[in-house]
Amino acid sequence: MASVFASIVQAPEDPILGVTVAYNKDSSPIKLNLGVGAYRTEEGKPLVLNVVRKAEQLLVNDLSRVKEYLPILGLAEFNKLSAKLILGDDSPAIQENRVATAQCLSGTGSLRVGAEFLAKHYHERTIYIPLPTWGNHPKVFTMAGLSVKTYRYYDPTTRGLDFQGLLEDLGAAPAGAIVLLHACAHNPTGVDPTVEQWEQIRQLMRSKGLLPFFDSAYQGFASGSLDTDAQPVRMFVADGGECFIAQSYAKNMGLYGERVGALSIVCKAADVASRVESQLKLVIRPMYSNPPIHGASIAATILKNSDMYNEWKVELKAMADRIISMRKQLFDALTAKGTPGDWSHIIKQIGMFTFTGLNSDQVAFMTKEYHIYMTSDGRISMAGLSSSTVPHLADAIHAAVTRSC
Amino acid sequence: MEHLKPDEATRTEADGESMFFNVPLAPDIPIYATTAAYKKDPNPNKLHLGVGVYRTEEGNSHMPNVVRQVEKTLANDPYADKEYLPITGIPEFNRLSAEIIFGSDSPAIKESRVTTVQCVAGSGALSLGAKFLAKYNHQHVVYLPEPTYGNHFNLLSGSGLALKTYRYYDPKTRGLDFQGLLEDLDSASVGSVVVFHACGHNPTGVDPTCQQWEQIRQLVRLRRLFPFFDCAYQGLVSGSLDADGQSIRMFVRDGGECIVAQSYSKIMGLYGERVGSLSIVCKTADTARRVESQLKLIIRPLYSNPPIHGAAIVTGILKDRNLYKEWTAELKAMSDRLVKVRHQLYNALCERGTPGDWNHIIRQVGMYSFTGLNEEQVGFLTKEYHIYMSSDGRINLGGLSSNAVPYLADAIHAAVTRIN
Repeated sequence: MASVFASIVQAPEDPILGVTVAYNKDSSPIKLNLGVGAYRTEEGKPLVLNVVRKAEQLLVNDLSRVKEYLPILGLAEFNKLSAKLILGDDSPAIQENRVATAQCLSGTGSLRVGAEFLAKHYHERTIYIPLPTWGNHPKVFTMAGLSVKTYRYYDPTTRGLDFQGLLEDLGAAPAGAIVLLHACAHNPTGVDPTVEQWEQIRQLMRSKGLLPFFDSAYQGFASGSLDTDAQPVRMFVADGGECFIAQSYAKNMGLYGERVGALSIVCKAADVASRVESQLKLVIRPMYSNPPIHGASIAATILKNSDMYNEWKVELKAMADRIISMRKQLFDALTAKGTPGDWSHIIKQIGMFTFTGLNSDQVAFMTKEYHIYMTSDGRISMAGLSSSTVPHLADAIHAAVTRSC
Repeated sequence: MEHLKPDEATRTEADGESMFFNVPLAPDIPIYATTAAYKKDPNPNKLHLGVGVYRTEEGNSHMPNVVRQVEKTLANDPYADKEYLPITGIPEFNRLSAEIIFGSDSPAIKESRVTTVQCVAGSGALSLGAKFLAKYNHQHVVYLPEPTYGNHFNLLSGSGLALKTYRYYDPKTRGLDFQGLLEDLDSASVGSVVVFHACGHNPTGVDPTCQQWEQIRQLVRLRRLFPFFDCAYQGLVSGSLDADGQSIRMFVRDGGECIVAQSYSKIMGLYGERVGSLSIVCKTADTARRVESQLKLIIRPLYSNPPIHGAAIVTGILKDRNLYKEWTAELKAMSDRLVKVRHQLYNALCERGTPGDWNHIIRQVGMYSFTGLNEEQVGFLTKEYHIYMSSDGRINLGGLSSNAVPYLADAIHAAVTRIN
């Protein structure tokens, strides 16, 4: 008897995660993985923050700790501290009990739960995502039952923001449509609106009743300051309006594989927030019942202890600073080589990624000849670079660009 | 970088209503409401026999020693990192989990016909399996035993499958309605998915015998139904992982296909760490490979990849011969305690001459007993004796210590004699 699954086809590898799969298969000693956005030290090693190790030791050595199920919405303390982190300690929305927060499986899980909630309870089923955006965004939303449209975002000619295009496209969106906004350090381009541009975006969105859905995966990583990187979100909350926020601790606390994140829904009124919170439970329970305890406990331990919190801020700033330094080094190296083109976008773009402007042929060339792994859209993770590997990358880019001439 | 202060931001939005003003307040989930009520109750004799969490004799939460040991080792390992796992989780975890379920000598494993992926505990595995079947199985109907674990309905229908039930529990015998089961499965459409509790049926504690499983297997294969096993109590029922895995292994031995959702919540006390797996046993290795690639497409937009910690603990235990032995010994001790407390309760009711036949308490197996108490009697138990349990009469023996047995027996006696 044939398999029930006889007609299933082999699915293609995930474009982003597939880069690491290919990298791992490469036996060359000089290979470089600039695919996944995971921070690496100068020595090219993954980093577990000291303060995370400390927190983990405290947890593991506390004999009174047990592993019982968390509530459906997760660790309450973690949720409160997460909301404060993104909205600010003094946020009126928090003080007025207008925020419903659920611990979720990192940023992806928070986005998915938020999308499932919207598909179930919101009258508009379309979400506008920036062009380009993180590779996994479209599927997260379509699998939840939303339909996806795009708004202009990246301008390849300036390698910066297509602000006019953005305003036009959002201006043409139907009232009430959901709009995905990268809170800071846009992935994959590294291009962020200025404060003034954010204010214009906010005014436009509020006037059209568009619902903001923030993806906040790099708070603290972009500028080195948690408060600065949260400004766009806080602007939208300060005007008294509503928004969704998907928060990830993968990068800024280095908790990647522990899957730590939170979904916050800022509502107009406390009564709405408590009803929304009750409905979030009904979205989460049929997915996986309740979230994992370990990572959220680490995060909560750090956030609630002022010494550890300060230690974390220092380590976070060090990571952000190293990335900014890599940007400068790469820019200087390409300038020194006289590589054709304007490479200033490398130092203008913000956060973990640089949208190099290289096309997929050039990327393929760099992988084949120089064993450099990156996504085919030309995105490189600066976090995967070190002072010793910058020259190799600069050589590769130079070769890729000049060979096309 | 300058930024606007909050009071400088213009309130461009009209003082309109919330976009979610008509979102209704969700009803309380019964099992959570029971726990909340228990917590609020100040009575010193209160008992929580509701949610399925194993407690020690002293009534404390139970973390197996091996779990603490491995956790310390992991935290002290300078080479351990927190990098993203692959979408399908820790490979070693998956391999070892498959061996636990199917046996290390399983031909399906040897022939690479099994794909196993790490999931967010049993719940995550059930909903992932359901989503996969909703996408790729020709039949989108799933049969659940009547009754079944409370969250099965949500996990399976939330993933896109239509639900039906098959007769399972016979209230008259407080045992298996085997005839009813066979009749209902016999009339199911070809390709329908059927959920089986591998062992320690929740909520009834009623499991088919070996012979009955064999008849079920034959019928399932004859009618070309698709078996979906929920395996959350392997080792806790008989004290032996192999014995408790027999029902599943029967179905694999015949060369056919099946799906297994596995949970380490109870059997390793890992509840809140959310550790489980989904295994799909296929006809060929090539099919298993393709199936795995499709599972990844479902997982990635859900949560990208699963959490490290719990699965790392499981892996640490399973791969170390001594820790594995220690764990299986603890598992046997837990299982023995459940059996002991069943006998104690049965004896206590007999001693009191409590009306009715209470034999089912020792016939039923695993963590739960379907006492046979009705909703009114359950309400009485809660109100007069501060005993919290499911309104369907299920008690969690894992939450019952020996010294609380007399109190529970008194309560049941009172309920049964005063309310019919």
